[in-house]
Amino acid sequence: MDILQILLNESFWAATLRIATPLIFGVLGALICEKSGVLNLGIEGIFVAGAMAGWMAVWFGFTLWMGLLVAVIVGGTFGLIHAILTVPLGLSQHVSGLGVTLLATSISYFTYRTALPKLSSPPKIEPFQPLDIPYISEIPFIGLVLAEQTAMTWLALFMVVLVWWILNRTPLGLSIRAVGDNPDAVDAQGLSVYGLRIGAIVVGSSVMALGGAFLTMSAFDSFFFGMVNGRGWICIALVIFASWRPGKALLGAILFGAFDAFQVRLQTEVGAFLPSQVFLMAPYVLSIIALVIVARRAEYPRALLKPWFKGAR
Amino acid sequence: MKNTQVLSLKNLSKRFGSVVANNSVNIELYRGEVLSLLGENGAGKTTLMNMLFGHYLPDSGSIDVLGNDGQMRKLVLGHPQASLDAGIGMVHQHFTLAENLTVLDNILLGSEKLWAWRHDRNKARNKILKIIDRTGLSAPLDEKVARLTVGERQRVEILKALYHEVKILVLDEPTAVLTPQEADALFENINSMTKDGLSVIFISHKLREVLKFSNRIAVLRHGEKVGEIATSDANERVIARMMVGEETIKNPRDKIQLGNPILQLNEVSVKGDSMRTSLNRTNFTIHENEIVGIAGVSGNGQSVLAKLISGLIDPDSGDLLIEGENVEYFSPNGMQSLGVGRIPEDRHHDGVVGAMSVAENLVIERLQDKDVNKNGFLQNRAIKENAKALIEKYDIRGPGIDAKASLLSGGNIQKLILARVFECKPNVILANQPTRGLDLGAANEVARHLLEARGRGAGVLLISEDLDEILALSDRIMVIHNGSLIETVNKDREVIGLMMAGEKI
Repeated sequence: MDILQILLNESFWAATLRIATPLIFGVLGALICEKSGVLNLGIEGIFVAGAMAGWMAVWFGFTLWMGLLVAVIVGGTFGLIHAILTVPLGLSQHVSGLGVTLLATSISYFTYRTALPKLSSPPKIEPFQPLDIPYISEIPFIGLVLAEQTAMTWLALFMVVLVWWILNRTPLGLSIRAVGDNPDAVDAQGLSVYGLRIGAIVVGSSVMALGGAFLTMSAFDSFFFGMVNGRGWICIALVIFASWRPGKALLGAILFGAFDAFQVRLQTEVGAFLPSQVFLMAPYVLSIIALVIVARRAEYPRALLKPWFKGAR
Repeated sequence: MKNTQVLSLKNLSKRFGSVVANNSVNIELYRGEVLSLLGENGAGKTTLMNMLFGHYLPDSGSIDVLGNDGQMRKLVLGHPQASLDAGIGMVHQHFTLAENLTVLDNILLGSEKLWAWRHDRNKARNKILKIIDRTGLSAPLDEKVARLTVGERQRVEILKALYHEVKILVLDEPTAVLTPQEADALFENINSMTKDGLSVIFISHKLREVLKFSNRIAVLRHGEKVGEIATSDANERVIARMMVGEETIKNPRDKIQLGNPILQLNEVSVKGDSMRTSLNRTNFTIHENEIVGIAGVSGNGQSVLAKLISGLIDPDSGDLLIEGENVEYFSPNGMQSLGVGRIPEDRHHDGVVGAMSVAENLVIERLQDKDVNKNGFLQNRAIKENAKALIEKYDIRGPGIDAKASLLSGGNIQKLILARVFECKPNVILANQPTRGLDLGAANEVARHLLEARGRGAGVLLISEDLDEILALSDRIMVIHNGSLIETVNKDREVIGLMMAGEKI
């Protein structure tokens, strides 16, 4: 059967992992922010900024890894804006987040247009190449899937473990989980609620920017407008799907990647008698269905969306 | 040993705008003693403790704490971390626990260096187990706090302080949420802790506990310390006089012949969020000229009962009769027109509309009356006249009838609600925690109005966590536990306490 053939094909799983990589960064970043009690809807714009900044740094002669560092710094800066507005000033996290998205997107487009005014076709850089790790490529099936991945996918997988470890195994992670549940508990122990939350948002936003950078520096080799195309919003939904757990976040990202890779292949198989929009829509519809099933039981961080002010009870 | 001073508050003063919260307060604390800090609401207890914790910076005065070298040292004021480092711990009235974390993690929080690659959970666990051994404060270390009872949560708070090796522990109204038995257990734990050299400051307004468990009592009134007395020399009357400045006038409670049944519940069941907060096959009757008290620890079905009688929810089965008539449709409006007056539990949230004026709030329950509403237009002049009269009659103090209700103090909001409810002369009165958080003066006022209503023939359902209040006002007492109501035979405090904890008597 055709469908079975698709699922047993290693190129399908390689594509799945490739599509999932920016989502893994995005979900982890959003998860870090939300664990501390702050929703970061700046994610979509931070993706754009990360994609543009990382790519442009390389275009102007930085190495790829230095380009990633630039993306991280730019992402962290937009995160800091969101953090200052929502944490010490306690403004609406929705409004501030959407504002950051609009700001980061516009600044990125503006910078691109001003820096490269006379180009008709998008300039290309030399992106990350598939990483050949000895022994791993010799594992049957999985080896072939992994052999097609770049260093950034490996970085994303490593980040899953790292974020899980920090949240669940370190005093810092304990404090972040506590501040997202009851800031008063953290304050009573002499820890800084503002410090923890601002730190979490800045770090989370930096991780989000890596997701954007993956698009221009690994998946493709150039930057163009509209390329983020809602991936940030998908991450916001995936965090709920993942019940704020890094392991489940990886699962959710891969699931969405699989839907997406599947619809591309299905389109070539049975595309003759269904409009292509149906296939493009499929991953989002399936995500909504998955969300409805899973998210009803989701345990929100209790202090999510609630501003906290020192000295007020 | 007992005479080693560990803490000395010297001439502490704090003003908020034109309000003097504390005026030159001096308090000493000695090693191994329990000092009770007594005072009405607004007497300045909390402000004083907030200065001790560095949450507020005093306008003048200083604080000395015994250092590890045995010398009294000046505390850096206005820095919570300095107070924590000096060995001062506090258990707040509102617990500061993260519910998504385990008990162990909550205790661990903030006790380690933030930047480390891993916890040393085993070391922490052993240290906590030793503390539990020594003090008898038991708590399930690996359970999430969300699943703990209130009593357990409080023990976790105390464990947290002891884990940080505090020398001075401040307990802010620790028994407000406990059954009498839980409270007694708490005080036993405190006794064993003070034997180890811990000093405890115990904030309360329950005279009985203070007399039973403290070594020394300091009384605050209007921000000043008005007296200090060794507990062995004190009795309720002496302290009460210190607290209010005069002897409280106990409201007279005459014997009255009961009238006809006015509110009846027959086999009423209502489903709540859980078994514990539901009502199971409830039967009771309230008569004219009668106050029936419902005692119980909060969260045992009281709120479902209150919602039912307010008309906010329907019973799943059973009948509710008012003046012998079966109530068919449940709505707040309908209940009110049947003569039910309601004093809600959360007076700020459910009792008034904070953004509306005092005058508007006073007529909000009778907007269909002709004198308030003529052909769809509010009669502003009548509304204001009404407000002026009621403010006078019920002694509602505040910025005026046009001011937002949210600007009134808790006591005055309650008076506003009393005015609104009692002016309608309801036959059935639901009073849910009517004196919670009020000072003695305002609480007395509430009690007077309830007794007056009883005198003119109303039936009152009084739901309260304050057993003393229920004992003082009620003709009959029922205890609610896990959604079941049981009538008590007599007014024996011990027995009622056991019933509140769910013991079958």
